[in-house]
Amino acid sequence: MKAKIRKIVTVVEETRSEMGLVVDPPTRRAASVAVIENPFAGHYVEDLQELIDIGEELGGLLAQSAVNALGIEGPGAESYGKAAAVGENGELEHAAAILHPKLGAPVRKVLGKGAALIPSSKKRGGPGVALDIPLGHKDAAYVRSHFDGMEVRIPDAPRPNEIVVAVAVTDSGRPLPRLGGLTKDQIKGDDGLR
Amino acid sequence: MHEIAIRKHILTVEEIFHEGGPPAKTPQRRGAVVAVIHNPFAGRYVEEIAGFMDDLKPLGIRMAQDLAAALGGAEAIEGYGKGAIVGAAGELEHGALWHVPGGYAMREILGGAKAIVPSAKKVGGLGARLDVPITHINASYVRSHFDAMEIGVVDGPKADEIALALVMTTGPRIHARVGGLKASEVKGQDGLR
Repeated sequence: MKAKIRKIVTVVEETRSEMGLVVDPPTRRAASVAVIENPFAGHYVEDLQELIDIGEELGGLLAQSAVNALGIEGPGAESYGKAAAVGENGELEHAAAILHPKLGAPVRKVLGKGAALIPSSKKRGGPGVALDIPLGHKDAAYVRSHFDGMEVRIPDAPRPNEIVVAVAVTDSGRPLPRLGGLTKDQIKGDDGLR
Repeated sequence: MHEIAIRKHILTVEEIFHEGGPPAKTPQRRGAVVAVIHNPFAGRYVEEIAGFMDDLKPLGIRMAQDLAAALGGAEAIEGYGKGAIVGAAGELEHGALWHVPGGYAMREILGGAKAIVPSAKKVGGLGARLDVPITHINASYVRSHFDAMEIGVVDGPKADEIALALVMTTGPRIHARVGGLKASEVKGQDGLR
């Protein structure tokens, strides 16, 4: 494994009621987060291939761990998202190298499908910085009930030479969706949008 | 008798491989389970609240079971702690209601752990963070197991809620090396050494 992982944190959040109404079945989402060493911290490096490869490794690892935490099979997942936070000695482009070129394919392999773009966010920050991972339906980006976000933070990361990488997976949308739009039972799932 | 109304349940597991030193043979695992529940005493002073401790016992047991299972089973657990964040319309004393059911639950699930369960509590708003202290389950003085885990709920506790937390660890700090009583030296009689 190319990634030098210091820790992996997995969070499962289950919402059972909202505004006094029972949410049945509860909405559930999981984020799996790796804290890794940034091999390019502290100096400018032109070729970011190593981080691109690390992204590929982490995509499968984190997606599998999130799915396991939810106790579901990959194809049972409904929405997903990804995010990265680079420590102070790194640059935003390092987060982009992890997230964008190769992380998605192994995530989709774990989930069976995933026609939609994996929504993402990135930032630079210190230990404990909050990552807001955007969430969207995995097969049709326009499913309105599944537009969401999940905040995660690791109190002791990223240190200056580290990167925090997160993949979030859900088995549901928002707790009480009622804004219309495309619903999940109307998905065609061909173009990743509808 | 008050009904326990749970809005949200959050389970966090950390798997720590190293912290700059040599990677451990077995990664340390730390976990926290948090339940966000309605505070039946929010918004006014209520004198008699102690009965709620019994109401919370089944929840405590479920949380302790869930957490131990997520960390590899009760036999893997070596450290523990508990905490509560009371929403703004409640009082600190409401957080103290968690001492008995939270501690009792973990000791029961862990097979009669001897040490006092260290704890922290506060009143706070949405997203408030709490550093929950951790010590060895059978001997409070085991220095390698003094630890803490930060917990919090992004959208809780609301003013009329309480966030109740249990934390457990599967071993010492990942690079523990400051001496003191060792886990291997625990007598396990008085809960201290």
